[in-house]
Amino acid sequence: MEIHSVGEILAAHPVFRDFDEDTLDLLAGCARNEHFHADQTIYSEGDEASKVFLIREGDVAVEISAPNHNPLVVETLRAGDVLGWSWMVPPYQHMSGARALNDVRAISLDAVCMRDKNEDNPELGYQMFKHFVPHMATRFRALRLQLLDVYGTRRG
Amino acid sequence: MSVSAATDPMLPRRYRVRKTWKELADVSTMELEALEGQSMAFQPGQFNMLYAFGVGEVAISISGDPAEEGKLVHTIRDVGAVSGALASVSDGDMIGVRGPFGSAWPVAEQTGRHIVFVAGGLGLAPLRPAIYHVLNNRDQYAGLTVVYGSRSPHDLLYAEEVRGWKSRFDTEIEVTVDHAEPGWTGQVGVVTVPLDRALAGNNGAEVSAFVCGPEIMMRFSVMSLKAAGVSEDKIWISMERNMKCAIGFCGHCQFGGDFICRDGPVFRHDHVAKLINRKEV
Repeated sequence: MEIHSVGEILAAHPVFRDFDEDTLDLLAGCARNEHFHADQTIYSEGDEASKVFLIREGDVAVEISAPNHNPLVVETLRAGDVLGWSWMVPPYQHMSGARALNDVRAISLDAVCMRDKNEDNPELGYQMFKHFVPHMATRFRALRLQLLDVYGTRRG
Repeated sequence: MSVSAATDPMLPRRYRVRKTWKELADVSTMELEALEGQSMAFQPGQFNMLYAFGVGEVAISISGDPAEEGKLVHTIRDVGAVSGALASVSDGDMIGVRGPFGSAWPVAEQTGRHIVFVAGGLGLAPLRPAIYHVLNNRDQYAGLTVVYGSRSPHDLLYAEEVRGWKSRFDTEIEVTVDHAEPGWTGQVGVVTVPLDRALAGNNGAEVSAFVCGPEIMMRFSVMSLKAAGVSEDKIWISMERNMKCAIGFCGHCQFGGDFICRDGPVFRHDHVAKLINRKEV
């Protein structure tokens, strides 16, 4: 089996593929491999957003729960997607839950470690935001369309 | 000028409901056979005016395989008095049919290209004849991608058939729902998400796209297609308005300088792009 370093795995991820080697080495210090079994909760709504996950394999359901309502899956993520934005935004708590739909392999980046490095190195911070924000924008665009609940009546 | 009954586009022909079945709680499909004369030939994307005797007439897309002679298939959602009457017909009932009317998906003219179908909700029904055409002639096309979005797992149309398409090795089928309860192991998210993913691995210049669904969903899908490099003159959409006469006389379905029934419902996107984004139209 071919073994890849965390830095190599980061370099192959869509968010980080444009980062230079030195930066990837710096970020690799915040990263670790993660594995979740099918149906395992990755985090729950309200948990401290201590990590951001870069999904390598498998599918993840993002869920919202409300009292007296069944949990609602609002989004599924797959390999190449980023799971969790709350690490960037105070109060650093997850705004939804996440559950593995099947065996999931991911790289997690420690939130405190990442924020500290970004504070110490504004150029790195800028690069991080520059590459994360387009993914967020795509997801927000999708959420807006989702809110419209467009699938009403249609000529058959 | 007098028009003979056989060619009068305003005169319905009698069709027998060979069989009918429920697709979803409020959606039924009926298979029709002509009671007199030959069954009609049609092109993918065209529609018929279906007449529930004593109730009224409504425009319904043809959703069957154009290569299957003698079989006319329509899928109908119960949204009012006429569609409700048609959605609740039984095997052996008789209805009136005028048609086929309107423009077609020009899928037969796109040989050699990667065909991308984007369907939302019941928009899969008008696209299905074109999908059948590509599946039946798969070796003539460089690729086939179908991206289908619906509100929830309970609202997925032709679910078993779509699973069959997915099991083929020469197709890429992406199904997504807007939201789901835990237990659903498929994709959740709007149709543009799997569309963006599917397009990411393809050269947009080689893609011809056919989009059908709610207008807002088509607008977002076209944005994704254009961002992926698909030329606007290689994108077709199907428009929907209140069609009455189906031959461009009454004006009910006027859309700018066009009548949807006569000049559409299928339009090349650049022909209607200026109007589709105006909320007043």
